Amino acid sequence: MEHYLSLAVRAVFVENILLAFFLGMCSFLAVSRKIETAIGLGAAVIFVLTLTTPLNWVLHEYLLKKGALAWAGLPGADMSFLNFILFIATIAATVQLVEMVLDRYSPKLYTALGIFLPLIAVNCAILGSSLFMVERDYNLAETVVFGSGSGVGWALAIIAMAAIRTKIRYSNVPAGLRGLGITMLITGLMALAFQCFAGIQL
Amino acid sequence: MSTTQAPAKSSFSLASLVKLDKKSKAALSDPMSENNPITVQVLGICSALAVTVQMQTAVVMSLAVIAVLSASNVTISLMRNHIPSQIRIIVQLSVIASLVIVADQVLRAFMYDVSKQLSVFVGLIITNCIIMGRAEAFAMANPPGKSFLDGLGNGIGYGIILCTVAFGRELFGSGTLFGAPVVPQFLYDIGYVNMGLMVVPPGAFILLGLIIWGQRTMTGYAEDH
Repeated sequence: MEHYLSLAVRAVFVENILLAFFLGMCSFLAVSRKIETAIGLGAAVIFVLTLTTPLNWVLHEYLLKKGALAWAGLPGADMSFLNFILFIATIAATVQLVEMVLDRYSPKLYTALGIFLPLIAVNCAILGSSLFMVERDYNLAETVVFGSGSGVGWALAIIAMAAIRTKIRYSNVPAGLRGLGITMLITGLMALAFQCFAGIQL
Repeated sequence: MSTTQAPAKSSFSLASLVKLDKKSKAALSDPMSENNPITVQVLGICSALAVTVQMQTAVVMSLAVIAVLSASNVTISLMRNHIPSQIRIIVQLSVIASLVIVADQVLRAFMYDVSKQLSVFVGLIITNCIIMGRAEAFAMANPPGKSFLDGLGNGIGYGIILCTVAFGRELFGSGTLFGAPVVPQFLYDIGYVNMGLMVVPPGAFILLGLIIWGQRTMTGYAEDH
């Protein structure tokens, strides 16, 4: 239990997927202007990450990994080069599926998240977590914790950024620095702040 | 055009990119400065920051992106009349993913150490917004030759920023370039120290922010908040 707790803390704070690995920057920069939209996108990312990372783990474990095809009588096959295309297909399909299910059973949530869902398919944080999960050799439980933890970390960062950007609207920022420039600088400071979580062990 | 207010508008911003590029006479040279994919179009920032601790990884990453971007632009441009518009995203993604697999395998075969350092970021070229963005905005509407130039130009524009950031980070962070020490020993002797901030992630954000500031001041491009 302790192990999972510490993994979660690492995924959310110490190794925040956005502030330490720079993943999902594009949507982070584009959607962090309003707090409501940031919360919506953050929730959608948590949801999709929690779903796709374990799904990709199953795919990797039983189809792609070296020797994973032993059940099909192909113990020597190493299909791991197909990681990328299969993972992105899973993500795109999951996003599409989630969209359809939400549309059918929870139109309210669908309209709330609606516009953000398609964007998520090309959010590098999603594919990135799946690839990290392979690289770090997590087991299924660890994958679930890591996937949702990354999502929470990403959501935390974008919501904080949206709040800061709402405030900064009243400041006199130099013309060339407005928008992207100042956002990068603030993200830098935020990343610096998150660095102080490093070394926290639970 | 890149300053989208909400994601719903992102498709409009891509549409405006097409117009802008059609107008521009040089598909190749434009993206290198005033329409740079990173600093002006705000695409592909993720990898721009992650692989820039050293020059070597940045150069290899730039080459990989240039290759994948030009190849995907040409491929998608050749297929553009046969792709049904409802499923074009999936088609584009599979083309790009296949090309990235090729790039990854080549890197693993010939530059294993660098590919280990780049770790997941080679795979993340798939979701690099530059590639999807150029496919969607340019290659879907232009012939292969022009698309190739556009891909090359955007790839090089991306590479320039990547290498600039890496140059600053490696020089000030480790005192080396391409792994070779360039800061003379006597500077260390009189008390010069490497700037640890440049090696850690926050340094990348701050350095890129400053580069964007400098470049936008030069080209006179400004956003309203």
